[in-house]
Formats: sequence, structure tokens, C-alpha cells
Amino acid sequence: MNICVCIKQVPDTNEIKVDPVTHTLVRAGVPSIVNPFDTYAQEVGVRLKEKLGGKLIVVSMGPSQAKEAIKSCLAVGADGGYLISSNKFGGSDTLATSYILSEAIKTIEEKEELKFDLILCGKQAVDGDTAQVGPEIAEHLNLPQITYALDIIEKDGEIQVKRECESGYDMISTTLPAVVTVVKLPYEPRYPTIKSKMAAKKKEIPVLTEEDMPALKLEYCGLKGSPTKVKKTYTPVREKNGIKLAGIPAEEAAKQVVQLMYEAKIL
Amino acid sequence: MNNLTDYKNIWVFIETECGKAKNVGYELLHVAKELATEKGCKLIAVVIGNKIRSVAQDAICYGADSAIMVDGEEYEYYTTDAFVNAMATLIEKYKPETLMIGATNNGRDMGPRVSCRVKTGLTADCTEIAIDAETGNIAWTRPTFGGNLMATIMCPDHRPQMGTVRPGVFKKGAYDESRTGEIIEEKIHTPKEEIRTRLVERVNEVAESINLEEAEIIVSGGRGVGSAENFAMLQELADVLGATLGCSRAVVDAGWLPHAHQVGQSGKTVAPKVYFAIGISGAIQHTAGISGSDTIIAVNKDEDAPIFDIADYSIVGNLNEVVPALTEAFKAQKG
Repeated sequence: MNICVCIKQVPDTNEIKVDPVTHTLVRAGVPSIVNPFDTYAQEVGVRLKEKLGGKLIVVSMGPSQAKEAIKSCLAVGADGGYLISSNKFGGSDTLATSYILSEAIKTIEEKEELKFDLILCGKQAVDGDTAQVGPEIAEHLNLPQITYALDIIEKDGEIQVKRECESGYDMISTTLPAVVTVVKLPYEPRYPTIKSKMAAKKKEIPVLTEEDMPALKLEYCGLKGSPTKVKKTYTPVREKNGIKLAGIPAEEAAKQVVQLMYEAKIL
Repeated sequence: MNNLTDYKNIWVFIETECGKAKNVGYELLHVAKELATEKGCKLIAVVIGNKIRSVAQDAICYGADSAIMVDGEEYEYYTTDAFVNAMATLIEKYKPETLMIGATNNGRDMGPRVSCRVKTGLTADCTEIAIDAETGNIAWTRPTFGGNLMATIMCPDHRPQMGTVRPGVFKKGAYDESRTGEIIEEKIHTPKEEIRTRLVERVNEVAESINLEEAEIIVSGGRGVGSAENFAMLQELADVLGATLGCSRAVVDAGWLPHAHQVGQSGKTVAPKVYFAIGISGAIQHTAGISGSDTIIAVNKDEDAPIFDIADYSIVGNLNEVVPALTEAFKAQKG
């Protein structure tokens, strides 16, 4: 089974702080990581490849430092990786990004002389939180899609996906090739070894630009090819002047709060 | 790029399953009604499902001027291929100016695929919707960077302007039985061989249905609760108040409660009258999901827990003592 895993390098959003004075995001010193949902996509991909044979290729669009993210996937089981990068791709929204990625996937299939059976993505990137690029890649490539995967099982040349739903999960099957976006797995992604890390560090990551993708139409790329425009951004206000009880015995504090709530006719 | 003036009216997608509507569709009708009035255009509900005429009528009672209905056996359960085919066909025929879709898992599966097919912009998981005074475009506002940043996004040159909207953010309007409107049935058949995914089995992990989105009171616990067994204490408080039990992500990750109870960025967005946050530190990923609560009561042993910044009533203390004390105090108050 040949597998393509789409990953994104993102700032660790758990580390992001809001500057209390300027109300802007403080990104300085915030580490870059592989989008956590993508690490699950990569792990389930590696497990399928180990079971069934084939090749696993990682693809990422971004600036040249995103090579680091690709290398960290090479250290945990990916066979190769490509960076999709060009200043013409900057400012792409999800429609433009998914278009460029779908064209890149076709180009990589030609270069590697293979056809991907499965294209995996994380359900969403933790910086943009859109969950749109995966389904849009599927649409550009006219492939079936299953989103919100909790596990993927191969069965007689098809796959069965455990898909998260409101009251539990659905088991959904589809033929291959297909696109699957992953939320979580019943197991954690593996860690690299010192040896695999060193080996990945030495690997060259090929970069694909518009020149490597002759079929790519530049009018669908970058800011120009993006129907959505960001009008403004701001940090949410989250201060309230509530009543705070500290250093009072639990029973006393509970009584006071309950009384105040009844007086304010909250209950 | 399309001729913008050809596109008219606001559409709201009413998601159904087994002939029953999900609430978020009706919530969106309420907010969309205000926008349609402001724009002076029609509000149209789009219902796709199996045996759904009564849903289409309900949508009119919840505020739609009319409804478009695609009714067929292949729409009993959601599949990407059938629903995208139906919605994209309708868009090409009727040319709506705006399309709102509930940001459920299925809505967020269908939305991007539809927007990509009709080549327009989609804004994900919005929590505020307004009309931009200058251009008349929809201004879609959404949390990003895990809730740390809000972004307002517009789709100026493409139609329809599409957005998925988070469930639980907007409240349903009143059901007005006397409202009438036309129900247009569109025959769109998606042949079986074009539906490339198949539902093999549905597994319900939740014994009784948990409806956090509509709960008036929620008692929610976080990592600070300490164990699955300790949730019995929160359940007692919930029972006294007739409340629904919620939790933070850490609790689900630890396996103490199933995901159906989870509140926050990766769980449910809730808007109860009263929200109890017990042993929840208040990471933005959690508070993003509870900002619609009228009153928040926080119990935490850490005096500097960020949850206290957004709470109306805060108790700093050991929750193992405070929670039973609250239960007793409410019992006493109720007599």
C-alpha cells in the first residue's frame, strides 16, 4: 500500500501567550512542531505500510524551515518527503492550498513512479483549525473521503475506518484510493531513536515549486487564488469581575455562593 | 469568478439523520433570519434526508420563508458523495448568495467538499456572523490558534459565501406553528455506484443521550477531580440541580468519561444558564466552549487558575470538600 501523508508545521499553540498590553499573539520563542493530528496520520500510515508493504511519502507545504517537520517524520518511519514551497504559494487559503497539494501529489506520483492508495491528513491543523484541506484535496483528486478517523483497518483491498460521531462511532468502508483525515488513534505515535534521528537529519528534502508542476495554474494559487480574505484579527477578551471566596471553610463558602445565586435569581 | 448579482438569498442547511433534524440547523435559522431581514432577502432552509417533509415544515415554523427539500432513501444516513452531489446541484440551479452549515462532523465533512466543487470560499467553525456595513458581504468570525485569536473573514468575489457555524453558539428561535411557506421538492437522485463509502455499523457508546448543547445547568469536571470514581460526587451535585454532567478534554483522555461529555474546542460548545467548572484550570481550549454560559461557578484549589478570570462565583479550595458542601447547600435551599 503506497501512502501519502500531508503534514503541516505549526507553532505549539499550547505555548502561545497573548501579550496583555498589545493584545497580540506572542510567537517569539514558541517552538515549531508537527501538527499533532498529523502525527497520528503518520503513525497509522506507518503501521499500515509495515503490515502491507509499499512506500510512505510525506508532503508539506510551507517555508523552507518546514523541512525540519518532514525530517522528524522520516525519523519515525516515512520513506521520503517533499517540501512544496514558493513565494507564489504564500497567502493561500484552504482552497488554494488544497489545489497546490493535489497537484503536488500527482507530480510526486510521477517522480516516484507509483500511485498512492491512501492519502492521510490530520483532521485539522491546530493553528488554522479549519479541517478543510483534507476534504478539499479529496475533491480536487475526485477521491472518496472519510473524516474524523479514530482508526483505520485494511481488509481485502479496502479500508474500514472507525469514524467519530456524536454518540459513539461509525464503521465506514471505502474502496481505494481514498483520503482519510485522522483525529486520534487507540495508540500513541512512536518516538524516534537517536539513530533514526541522525539518519533523517542527513537526508536531502527535495523542494517542488511551480516549475516542477507544469500543469499548475498560478491563478488558483496564493492570495490571488484564495476566495476568502482575512479582514481582521483580534484577541478575545476574557475578564470578568466575579466574586471570589478564598481561605474560607468549604461549607461556609458553599453556603455563601448558593445564597448569592438565589439572591441574584440565577436559580 | 462568477457574476455576483446572479446570487440571491440566504440558505441554511438543515442536517438530518434517519429523518430527524439536528438542532444546529434551527439555531442557524434564528441568526440567519436577522441577517435576511437586514439584507432584505429571503431565508431558505435546505433539507436533505429521507422522509423529511415534516422537518421542512418545522424549518418554516422556526423562521424560514420557504424550504427546498431533497428526499430519498440514499439520504437516510450521511454520506459525503450523496450529500455533496445534492447540495452542489442545488447551488448551481438556485445560486444562493450565502450558505450556512452547522459545524458538526458531517457539516465539516460536506462543507469543504461542496465549496471546492463550486469553487468558492468557506469559513470554518464560525462563532459570530454579521453583515459588513461597507460591502454588504457576510463577515464570518471564528476562533483560531486554539481559541487564542479571533479572525474575521470575508469572501468578497465568489458566491455563494459559505460558512460552517458551531453548534450551541446561537439559540433556537421560537417555534411558530402558524407560519406557512412553500416547500419545493427537488428530485436529485444519487445512484448507488456513485456513493463510494458504506456505513458498516454504528456503535453507540453513550447509554442515555447526553444533550449538553441544550442543558440549562451543566456540572463539569476537569483533571482536578482526580479519578473516574470521584465523578460520582459531581453526579450527586448534578442530580440535585437536574444538571447534565460535562468534562474537559483531560478527563476524556484519561478515560474517566466518554467523549460525549466533553466541552470545549474539541468537544461541545455549550450555552447553559449555569455552568459549574470543578477542578478545571481553564485552558483557552476549554473556555472557548463555555463563553456562552450566563453564569459560571468555578471551584479550584489553585488560586491563580485562569478559570477564575471568567467565573462569576469562585471558590478557592479542595473540591473534595467544596462539592459535597455545595450539594448540601443546594439541597437545604431547595428544602
